[in-house]
Amino acid sequence: MKEFVEGSHAIAQIIKACQPGVISAYPITPQTHIVEDLAQMVSNGELGSQFVNVESEHSAASVVLGGSATGVRVYTATSSQGLFYMQEVVFNIAGMRLPVVMTCANRAVSAPINIWNDQQDSISLRDSGWIQIYAENNQEAVDFHLIAYRLAEDKRVMLPVMVCMDGFILTHGMETLDLPEQDKVDKFLPKYNPLYKLDPADPISMGLLADPDYYMETRFAIQETMKSSIDYLSEISGQFNAVFGRDYKDLLIEEYQTKDAEKVIVAMGSVCGTIKEVVDEQRSKGKKVGLLRIIAFRPFPYARIYEALKHVSKIAVLDKAVSLGAYAPIAVEMKAAFYGKKKAPQVISSFVAGLGGRDITLESVREIFRRLSAKEVNSDFIDLKPELLKEEYGK
Amino acid sequence: MKEIRIHARAGQGAITTATLLGFGYFNEGKFAYAFPNFGAARMGAPMNAFVRVDSDPVRLRSQIYEPDYVIIVDPTLLRGFNCFSGLKEDGVAIINGKDDIELPKLKAKQKIFVVPANEIALKNIGRPLGNTALIGAFAAATGELKLDNLITVVKERFSGKAQDGNIAAVKEGFDYVKNKLKG
Repeated sequence: MKEFVEGSHAIAQIIKACQPGVISAYPITPQTHIVEDLAQMVSNGELGSQFVNVESEHSAASVVLGGSATGVRVYTATSSQGLFYMQEVVFNIAGMRLPVVMTCANRAVSAPINIWNDQQDSISLRDSGWIQIYAENNQEAVDFHLIAYRLAEDKRVMLPVMVCMDGFILTHGMETLDLPEQDKVDKFLPKYNPLYKLDPADPISMGLLADPDYYMETRFAIQETMKSSIDYLSEISGQFNAVFGRDYKDLLIEEYQTKDAEKVIVAMGSVCGTIKEVVDEQRSKGKKVGLLRIIAFRPFPYARIYEALKHVSKIAVLDKAVSLGAYAPIAVEMKAAFYGKKKAPQVISSFVAGLGGRDITLESVREIFRRLSAKEVNSDFIDLKPELLKEEYGK
Repeated sequence: MKEIRIHARAGQGAITTATLLGFGYFNEGKFAYAFPNFGAARMGAPMNAFVRVDSDPVRLRSQIYEPDYVIIVDPTLLRGFNCFSGLKEDGVAIINGKDDIELPKLKAKQKIFVVPANEIALKNIGRPLGNTALIGAFAAATGELKLDNLITVVKERFSGKAQDGNIAAVKEGFDYVKNKLKG
């Protein structure tokens, strides 16, 4: 049914429809509305989950780890410092192959304290063994949670999935959404049936010591599963479309006006909507520009991106995160996707924008297209304020 | 596409205003994107809420710099902020305030309506929360939304006494501007 609803509220609704056995979270802006709503639903008796109040994100992650290990569906959500406080457990969840689903309401990280949106938090945990998918709008954010549970709980996968949605821009944004009906959710998402679980009647141990004789194979196994998950994402996307009638294609990337494009911006998340507006505007002036939107950041769809962009001469990668002292995170992947290949763009330039909530406007995107020239640039910051950089120190 | 920028202080209900307008557009089959931008994360800090509306789903995610309409919930923000920044040539501004407030010089086709929304709210709701009076005034000043639609929106959003009071406030805000236009 079509509703006009806030992103966070919609996420709570879809999680309710997924009927997790255990929910645990610690409130942090801009994730708060999601877990407030879920807590209210549990309190009202609308949702039969066990909602565990905790004193920190480290505990929230530990509770969902434990809940998942006992064989039930679990959910948590966080942002920024909260995700970092979870980090140790986040790696454990993946290592233990537990199909936890988490929402990351993307927010900048401290210091200085900043509650606004960028994608530094989830991107910094890219190596944790979690599948990461990024939503452009709230309809996707809702749908991706359903897909996330299907994927995570698939016996061929058994890995946690992080659904990333831009803080405030999506979490606090109200839009017209088609919220999936319960019967369709039930049709698409079967009851979770674990391979193994902690059960006093049939005791096993999980997350034990793996010495040098065993540890490497656990990492190899996750790496192999990540690679195969590229195909599973596409497969599950097809099944989602069959039930809900929304086609996310292969769920790896979205190609927008890239077929004959000479210049393409590569980006991730809600900013892609703004970029599409600029692409349409430039196309109407006869400029051959396009957008390649990355949906799956982990696993990273190298082959798919190569095929989509091998004919494009100039690529601008827009990162809403930095890897201080190195190339920006998505830029690194884009360069890797083309290194040593027969066909490759002449230029892969890298731009950093929107850190700490600095607004990415139509003009910011136009500026990226303007700066995308024959001269390659790396981590070129967009919309800097020169007056703030003039300060002289040590006097 | 139409764009509305709301200026307020955190806690004054700007998000509610944006939400109610968004619901109004939704009821008329349009696609709205209503969103806030907080300044310092505390009560009383200047903040904005925005509504962007179109006949297709809204993709543009930036803040609003060239609004068709501006709603100023707290007139003290007129000091220190240019609340009219970027207002379209034929833009309309609705200000919650009294007739004696100092107004900037506008362009020929721009219009300002000063509405005593807090007084209207105090009278009808018992609290100085002028948001519903302001959306009524907005509907009358811009013709964007029908009064009946806004009353439906308020009915869905509020219940009991608050519902009656807010419906009265929407109507009074609407009539206030209608009368100004006649006069």
